[in-house]
Amino acid sequence: MRIILHIWRQRNAAEKGRMVRYEVPTVSEHMSFLEMLDVLNEDLIAKGEDPVAFDHDCREGICGMCGCMVNGMAHGPLPGTTLCQLHMRHFKDGDELYLEPWRARAFPVVKDLVVDRTAFDRLIAAGGFISVATGSAPDGNAIPVPKENAERSMDAAACIGCGACVAMCPNASASLFMGAKIAHLGLLPQGRPESEQRVEAMVAQARAELFGSCTNIGECEAVCPKEIKLSVIALMNREFLRAKWAGRAGLVDD
Amino acid sequence: MSRTAEGLQHALSKIPEMRDQFWHDVKVLGTGEELNQSLEKAGRVADFFELSELMCLDALARNESCGGHFREEYQTAEGEAARDDDHFSYAAAWEFRGVGIPPQLHREPLSFEYVHPTQRSYK
Repeated sequence: MRIILHIWRQRNAAEKGRMVRYEVPTVSEHMSFLEMLDVLNEDLIAKGEDPVAFDHDCREGICGMCGCMVNGMAHGPLPGTTLCQLHMRHFKDGDELYLEPWRARAFPVVKDLVVDRTAFDRLIAAGGFISVATGSAPDGNAIPVPKENAERSMDAAACIGCGACVAMCPNASASLFMGAKIAHLGLLPQGRPESEQRVEAMVAQARAELFGSCTNIGECEAVCPKEIKLSVIALMNREFLRAKWAGRAGLVDD
Repeated sequence: MSRTAEGLQHALSKIPEMRDQFWHDVKVLGTGEELNQSLEKAGRVADFFELSELMCLDALARNESCGGHFREEYQTAEGEAARDDDHFSYAAAWEFRGVGIPPQLHREPLSFEYVHPTQRSYK
């Protein structure tokens, strides 16, 4: 089938970008979305034009590298999938697709569809860790974990940090991402000791990175390829209130 | 998946030829002024020539079968990997000495005190 692409081309963060129209006349329904972009790039390379830069790595939905806006939807129209898991059989001959990078102040464009997501790394560095002795693993069942907490923590741990939540949010809020980390670590006994300092440090870092605030719109949940639930944000807010109430952390300048 | 001395020698005769072709014909688009994924890919392919050549050399030097390294010439009557621990019980650390120059082998001997390597058998 023939697919018409309008792709955001921008050489670097300083230069102004623009949409450029491309046609891929030989798209197979079995191709993944990224394979279609590979075919386009092969064609551009053969013609001596600069190929479209896009991020990708595992191409099986677990690494969190890929992603762009497809007709205004992060990771495209299918729920619960990353861009690499989206296949061209979900599109039809003659479809016109508009591809744009993640749009957020905290994610500056590096080139074309590639954005700089190191702000996420700094959020993790601010609080996304636990302090336990590594080395020998504790005996099984030495630390009791309620089944429900184990499940909810595991669900939150599915976050791959792709940034779709930020890109889709009208406020460019990183709350779903932070909530996922805070729920993942805070629901387990091993993550409890730092829970207060974690939430305060991560929220402060998010503010410094110019991520927006959450206004419970829910676009993030709708596009999250790992289907992280909005309830992790409620959990984060509760942890934040508790930390402020306790007032022990002292890490954050108010 | 298996290897033979003949196949490895054939690969070793082809790799330098393909490497020359790569360096002669490679076309890298874009510039050095921005993120350049074409350059990244070209660099990776260039690395693969060194890596594949070394893998072939190492596999050819190891005249035994062992784990994932299965040389067809060295197998038991049952078709299992025939080890030669008298000669090859070492990790091979190859020192790169430049393109086209044979690498230097450094043997790091393996010694087993409690559990000793043995012939694999699923019987």
